[in-house]
Amino acid sequence: MKRLKKFGLPAMMASLMIVMAACGGGASTDKSNQGASKTTQTKELSGQLVISGSTALQPLVAAAAEEFMNKNPKVSIQVNGGGSGTGLSQVSQGAVQIGNSDVFAEDKKITGLTDNKVAVVGMTAAINPKVGIKDIKKADLIKVFTGKITNWKELGGADQKITLVNRPESSGTRAIFNKFALDGAKPAEGITQDASNTVKKIISETPGAIGYLAFSYLTDNSVTPLSIDGVAPTAENVQSGKFPVWAYEHMYTKGQPTDLEKAFLDYMMSDEVQTGLVTKQGYLPVSKMQVQRDAQGNTTKK
Amino acid sequence: MEKSIPAKARLLKSEKNWMNGEVRGKIIVFLCAIIMISATIAITIFLATKGVQSFTKNGVSLIEFLTSKQWNPADPAKPLYGALPFIVGSFAVTFLSALIAAPLGIGGAIFMTEIAPSWGRKILQPVIELLVGIPSVVYGFIGLTVLVPFVRTHIGGLGFSLLSGMIVLSIMILPTITTIATDAMSSLPNTLREGSFALGATRWQTIRRVLIPAALPNLLTAIVLGMARAFGEALAVQMVIGNVKDMPHSLLDASATLTTIITLDMGETTFGSPENNILWAMGLLLLIMSFAFILLIRYLSSRRKI
Repeated sequence: MKRLKKFGLPAMMASLMIVMAACGGGASTDKSNQGASKTTQTKELSGQLVISGSTALQPLVAAAAEEFMNKNPKVSIQVNGGGSGTGLSQVSQGAVQIGNSDVFAEDKKITGLTDNKVAVVGMTAAINPKVGIKDIKKADLIKVFTGKITNWKELGGADQKITLVNRPESSGTRAIFNKFALDGAKPAEGITQDASNTVKKIISETPGAIGYLAFSYLTDNSVTPLSIDGVAPTAENVQSGKFPVWAYEHMYTKGQPTDLEKAFLDYMMSDEVQTGLVTKQGYLPVSKMQVQRDAQGNTTKK
Repeated sequence: MEKSIPAKARLLKSEKNWMNGEVRGKIIVFLCAIIMISATIAITIFLATKGVQSFTKNGVSLIEFLTSKQWNPADPAKPLYGALPFIVGSFAVTFLSALIAAPLGIGGAIFMTEIAPSWGRKILQPVIELLVGIPSVVYGFIGLTVLVPFVRTHIGGLGFSLLSGMIVLSIMILPTITTIATDAMSSLPNTLREGSFALGATRWQTIRRVLIPAALPNLLTAIVLGMARAFGEALAVQMVIGNVKDMPHSLLDASATLTTIITLDMGETTFGSPENNILWAMGLLLLIMSFAFILLIRYLSSRRKI
């Protein structure tokens, strides 16, 4: 019998793998963990949440989830990355309970989701410090990114060729920067990287490089953040609506949130998280915004 | 007394206990084979159905996809799906890296098997095999931190270039080529060497005129396998090549490959959207290329056997 067990284990693993391989043929895997979490929910807050999406929002949600689990030991929350598009697709398919996104679901033509804006992230153009300028007119910024100005000396900087560092076409950060900093102009071809840390490293090492980064990455002197039309890229200027380049961080649920989802989203909006983790990680609290913006990009006073 | 039992009876006994015998081993091995085959078929079917959706559902023209230089799938008004610059980029880095790695790898194999088989192999083999264990993100990061600034200051351009991608890739495929080439060279029968020496040939003449031609099909297999690896590599290349969507005109131009565009955009697009489907189409193209590489290997290795 002992020998039988020894050989039984690989056989069992093999049959498991067959099942997994069979699932790989279709999209059926995505639905498997939905039922489990919905049925395990009870009134005294226990159960399981799976969250995926935006890598920009992931650290904040992961930190908040950890706190939340400490307070509610019966709750298990799993926070995955994957990108805004992945988050939106998975939540609309029901594969995860909450999908994080930097962009409005409407921008990706996805409907039927409930929007929860949990934070605001400001972005600005960042340049190599050796260029030597700190402020740029919006019109000039557009010319730089569309390739009409190719040397920094035309803008009073060092005699260096301008190198653009872009985000991929489908990136949410790129969409927001194009919309609110470049007024919708299509940027010229340039080096493209998707990770903010890599973008920052490239800008800091390449002479004459310009890219765009969220405020949370502008913590040291390795890159110079640019003021636009004399407005400094600060939290206060974003909150008052003076600095236009910012975006909401969304947490989408499918339809109306369930008890557990609502409890966690409420926790994200609580003062504890909004004034604690949110500001600590370089985001801006939604509650302090004096302006608001809709999915079409229209900004209005609150 | 046991010895008096005839062999046939004992055989019958072991056949009854089939879970312990031949049948069980056969089942396990067959199961493994079936899993491997079905996994491959499942991946192929999945990729094929996802990959053709851009052409069947989203109405992208296959000709445009393969021949146009204009790429802008996220444009809501007029999306453009020309993947030619990435196809060119993929082939360029693959062939260029093979151009560097093939002589190095085969040279190393000759060194290990013919010139210094005793101590050379002891030193070179572990050194080469060490390269396999380094994760590709580390290659990419070293490339980004060391190679890109080096190319920028000493050779020219932005540093992010085909040249950087090709150097990183050639180091990454070196172990594949060296290992297979070494096996090919060392499996040559010793009679070949002895016969050549007996005719008065020098060592170099033996290597060049006898051993390399004899091992050639397997050496070509080694190179093609290395190229297949280079064609599919994404992460390290992505960090040093610059991912510019224009057609490269020189080695110092930044460029992009099929794999780098897929990894850059996949997470940001939603499943089923045209932008997402076109990335799957590019994945399918990679699979077709990998099939082509395998067919080439089969052809090369069936051509001449020793």
